[in-house]
Formats: sequence, C-alpha cells, structure tokens
Amino acid sequence: MISILIGTIAFAILAPVVGCLLSGFDRVVSARMQGRVGPPILQPYYDVRKLLEKEHASVNAAEGVYVTCALVFAVLAGGIFFGGGNLLMCVFVITLSSLMFIVAAYSTRSPYAEIGAHRETLQVMAYEPMVLLMAIAFFMATGSFDVNAVLGLDAPIITTAWLAFLGLLYILTIKLRKSPFDLSMSHHAHQEIVRGITTEMSGPTLAKVEIMHWYENVLFLGWIGMFFVWGSPISIALTLVVMVLVYLLEILIDNNFARVKWQLMLKSAWVVALLAGGVNIAVLAFL
Amino acid sequence: MAFASKSPWVIHYDASSCNGCDIEVLATLCPGFDGERFGVINTGNPKHADIFLVTGSVNHQNIDVVKEIYDQMLEPKVVVACGICACTGGIFRDCYNVIGGVDKAIPVDVYAPGCAVRPEAIIDAIVEGVAVLDQKSKALKAQKKRGGE
Ligand code: SF4
Repeated sequence: MISILIGTIAFAILAPVVGCLLSGFDRVVSARMQGRVGPPILQPYYDVRKLLEKEHASVNAAEGVYVTCALVFAVLAGGIFFGGGNLLMCVFVITLSSLMFIVAAYSTRSPYAEIGAHRETLQVMAYEPMVLLMAIAFFMATGSFDVNAVLGLDAPIITTAWLAFLGLLYILTIKLRKSPFDLSMSHHAHQEIVRGITTEMSGPTLAKVEIMHWYENVLFLGWIGMFFVWGSPISIALTLVVMVLVYLLEILIDNNFARVKWQLMLKSAWVVALLAGGVNIAVLAFL
Repeated sequence: MAFASKSPWVIHYDASSCNGCDIEVLATLCPGFDGERFGVINTGNPKHADIFLVTGSVNHQNIDVVKEIYDQMLEPKVVVACGICACTGGIFRDCYNVIGGVDKAIPVDVYAPGCAVRPEAIIDAIVEGVAVLDQKSKALKAQKKRGGE
C-alpha cells in the first residue's frame, strides 16, 4: 500500500516531465523524417502553458469534470503500476480513464465530438482483449499479478512471453493513437473531421487532455519495459534502451502509414490478440 | 512571460478566395517553409485556434460564417488577413456581391498583402500576429487578476 502511495506521488510528479519530453522528441523526430526542422523539443510544454492561459469556456459543466476524472484515473493507474501494484488493477483503472474521456466527449452532444467518441470506443474495443491477455500471460509467467514480482525473476518474462509482447506492440499503436490507428484523434494537421474526440474541448480542458496523454504514454512504455526487467541492475539499462527503440518504432510507423478503416483495426487487433495472447497463454499453461 | 507567442495554432478559412492564397497558406506549413518551427499548427477547429487566417474577400454569403468562426475562438485571438482580397477586396472589390475586406466583418490585427500572398509574408504576418497575441494575453491576465469578466 505504502509503495503504491509513493509510486503514485512519484508518477504524478515525474511522468509529466518525461511524457512532455517524449512528446517533444516525437514531434522533432517526425519533423526530421518529413525533411523539416521541426519545433523546439519543449514545444508540447509551451502548448500546454498556452492552453492554460486561454479563456475558460465549456459547452457544459460536466465535460471538465469528466476530463479531470480521466486525468486522475490515469495518474492512479500509473501509480499502481510503478508502485509495483496489481497489473490487472492498473489495466482496469486506465480503461476507466479512457471511458471517462469518451463520456466527456459524448456529454458535449456535438456531432463531431460524438464521431470521435464512437471511434475512441472502437479503439478501446480493439485493444482491450490483448491488454487483458497480456495481464494473464504476465500472471502465468511470473505466478503473480503484482508488477514488482518481475524484480525477483532470474530471467525477464520476454523469454517466455515474447508472443504476448509482440501482441502488445501491435496494440500499442492503437493505444498511443498513432497512424494508422489514429481514428479518434489525429496528431497530424488537418486530416480530421474537425478535431475528433477533442472537438469541444478547449483551453484549460484541452491542456488537461494533453497532460493525460503524457501520463498515458509513460505508463504504456512502462508496460513495454516490464517485459525486460529481472532481478539484476543491468536490466534497467536494457529496459530504457528497449523503451526508446519501441517509441522510435512507433514514430516510424506513425509517419509511414495512412489511417486504416475501423473494420480492419478491430479485426486485426482481435486476431492478433487471439494468436499472440492466446497461443502464448496456452504454451505457458503447458510449461 | 506569455506562452501565447510560443504556440500559435492557426485556423484557415477560405472566404471567397480564388484559391491562390489558400495554396500559399498550406504551403507555409509544408516542409519547405515549415511553420512548425514557430510552433504553428493548422488545427481546423476554431475552439483550438489562436490565429485566424482568412483568405479572400467577404461577401453576403460568407460574412456570417466568418463572424461565427471568430466568435467560436477563445481569447486571446488574432485575425490575419492573407492576400490583398482579404485586406481590401482586391481585384474583386467592385463586384456587385463583394462587401470588401475581412475587416468589414471582424476586427483584423495584421494585414498580409500580396496576390497571391507569399509564404514568407504569411510567416511574417503570423510572427507579427504573435506579438499582438502576447499583448492580448497579458491584458487578459491583468483582467483576470482584477477579477473582471
Ligand atoms: S489575393 Fe490574389 S491570389 Fe489571393 S485570393 Fe485574391 S485574387 Fe486570389
């Protein structure tokens, strides 16, 4: 309990810093891939500060509350994970955060925000099976749902759960809302029906959404890292390298693929979940 | 320090431009000119935008649209008239249906002339607009401190 409390506080303070730099890094690398100079690395920070300075306006009172809830749950999920708590709990809490975000968009009753919310719901449906199977594979590989169980291992769980890792890698693109799976909200200029799920969110509310994405991105990279940690200090360095490589891979994918239709996203994500997650769990059951 | 100047998000509206200026506005955001160096993002959503780029003159059909977009944007906001049509009506100013430049509908902060307006001129205008944005942002802060609406 204490460790989760410390984890939550540390995550609440440190994750925005890391997430902000990560997002700036993302934008600079994307720009370089497109042959541009790109913004300064602190651009996401400037954006959020600017949004906080803007006039406060909202279509209703509920939207801001839902977005705040989404943000709080994202912090909590990260705290549970980095505090070494229950992975399954972390998965459920971060899903709750996504749901709050969707409800916030629905509450505005704007047709454009609703289209974004529908699509975000589809994204959640697409990645959720794989996330749950990942948690089960984690349990079968370590014998516990507690994240800190990896610290007591002789070998990282990637050795036995690499198939689940590949599945996670596939749905990570959906979770990070990167092209080709950026159906609900694109980062790129002008390829959206108005602005997807965030259409009605403006000023300080939009700033909260941005900060929530920073938390989410750090948490998801944490999930990636969890596969490479074992009871040895070298593993930390290895994990960091893997996380950077995975993020670079995501940027590469983001810049090289056009958006797909939702049917393809949903079907492919479920097939991947069934193959990667299912087979991995079956194999682990026989080991 | 005001952060408004560091991340000017733009929205682009084609009032009744011949499309010459629109092409230049989009070219501004392409790799060659790379507006993102200054934090410029093309949002397409008035609620997210700080700078309103209007191309073309205002006529009876679109004057309400221009006003509506302007009203949906949150303070602090800046309007840039791109191209001579948007500044004064340009070569179309004598047409029976044309009311005139964008300033006939909404307050304009920066005028960027040219037919078509060059991307360099647009970047210049945005950078100029950013200074106005900063002033407005400071005024807004002072107002908030006084507790006024
Ligand atoms: S200024 Fe020239 S290029 Fe631009 S909209 Fe007018 S006529 Fe077309």
